Amino acid sequence: MHAGTDGGIPMVEIKALHKSFGELKVLQGVDLAVAPGEVVVIIGPSGSGKSTLLNCINLLESFEAGTVRVAGEWIGYMPGSGGARVKQPENHINRMRTHIGMVFQQFNLFPHMTALENIIEAPIQVLDLPRDKAVARAEALLAKVGLSAKAGAYPGELSGGQQQRVAIARSLAMEPNLMLFDEVTSALDPELVGEVLAVLRQLASDGMTMLLVTHEMGFARDVADRVVFMDGGVIVEQGAPAEIFGNPRNDRTRAFLRRLQTH
Amino acid sequence: MDFQWSLFLESLPFLAQGAVVTAQLTVISFVIGLVLGTLGGLARVSKNPVIAGLAVFYVTLMRGVPLLVTLTFLYYGLPSAGIQLSAFTVGILALALTNGAYVTEIVRAGIQSIEPGQMRAARSLGMSYGRAMRRIILPQALRRVLPPLTNEFITLLKNTSLVSTIALTDLLRVGLEIMTWKANTFSPFAGVALFYLCMTLPMQWVNQWVESKYRIR
Ligand SMILES: Nc1ncnc2c1ncn2[C@@H]1O[C@H](COP(=O)(O)OP(=O)(O)OP(=O)(O)O)[C@@H](O)[C@H]1O
Ligand SMILES: [Mg+2]
Repeated sequence: MHAGTDGGIPMVEIKALHKSFGELKVLQGVDLAVAPGEVVVIIGPSGSGKSTLLNCINLLESFEAGTVRVAGEWIGYMPGSGGARVKQPENHINRMRTHIGMVFQQFNLFPHMTALENIIEAPIQVLDLPRDKAVARAEALLAKVGLSAKAGAYPGELSGGQQQRVAIARSLAMEPNLMLFDEVTSALDPELVGEVLAVLRQLASDGMTMLLVTHEMGFARDVADRVVFMDGGVIVEQGAPAEIFGNPRNDRTRAFLRRLQTH
Repeated sequence: MDFQWSLFLESLPFLAQGAVVTAQLTVISFVIGLVLGTLGGLARVSKNPVIAGLAVFYVTLMRGVPLLVTLTFLYYGLPSAGIQLSAFTVGILALALTNGAYVTEIVRAGIQSIEPGQMRAARSLGMSYGRAMRRIILPQALRRVLPPLTNEFITLLKNTSLVSTIALTDLLRVGLEIMTWKANTFSPFAGVALFYLCMTLPMQWVNQWVESKYRIR
């Protein structure tokens, strides 16, 4: 299946999402819809639940209440009769994850494989793509992220910025409908941030649906269609970047942005 | 000191036969132990508490009971329960079960030494847990477990000498028999030690090579 980007179905639809780690309530009723092609940036203080929210969208974290849908398909659980939750079978989430790319702060490239092998691994293993097709796809993606010369390099031989660009290419090789980015430039030396942001900008202008957690406010202002401010496990305020950065209505948003400026 | 060159040289062919038995015991029980230990290691990190619990029970039991006791129990105990096994089978069984427990812990530690981000990345690409283990986690863990595994092989080889207590004519047993028969200790036992050394030395070299090659970065 190729999750539809047509019609009025949101790419992501989260309703009343609740998630705890033991006693700690991390998400306390999050509602969020992301339209196909939309670029949504999530900002908020440390510990506000931004990463957890992203992880619930591809079920790397399970959740206790609420629903998540991607391209109209239930993620993890679907509502049963009488308010009960029905757990989705394992192969369903595996299949859904092939449509949801995720890029991590720590890159998480497979260190025992070259850049090219990292990229072709899942297309071959999971999508059953023939090897030559997967390699052609990987080479095109390496060219797109400006790393054609590094196809044979192992992650340990690449800079942080190069590793992160390979990681983005690895996700794109699955031809996802949605991409999740969790602080993908936070582990990089300042001089390497730009090359990764350039790839993200390119992706956004290609029309990819993107959900990004970032502290790069300049980038958010330029690229985001919408900025979402989270605090204490809820969405406190959201709107166009000009609104959120120029004229935040909520006190907590204002305080958060003010603290960022003084840093 | 009762060392005699003639008796020493005379012992060597007999000792060589014992060394073959020792080598067979070592290799066969190591391979079985590897299979047991890999399954055990995977069970140890399983989210299923029953499977993980069984693996803990197995490891605790085998590591807590001396190999000599396991051997004796299987060799003298099983027949009274109506199960007749040859001494060789009992030797393999006891050595493999014990080795498998140690390998279980080595494999568990190897898997757990891989950053959790690796599994998360693999799962985010749509890989099943099993595929992620096989393609991403285990190949990386293998490099980290090779040095302790070669150590375990050496330990196992030396531990096979305990089977001499259950009427298996391994290297040590042959030495003991020559000692009794010829009423001479040093000559056959110089040979016994030499044979053990000849078998463990190459493994020690392999161990050093593996440790330098796969040093954890
Ligand atoms: N696996 C976990 N087990 C226990 N607590 C966790 C776990 N993951 C996150 N938490 C806790 O949940 C809260 C929210 O974490 P989360 O990572 O979602 O925040 P965040 O908004 O992404 O913060 P940051 O900006 O620091 O990345 C934090 O208090 C964190 O310590
Ligand atoms: Mg985070």
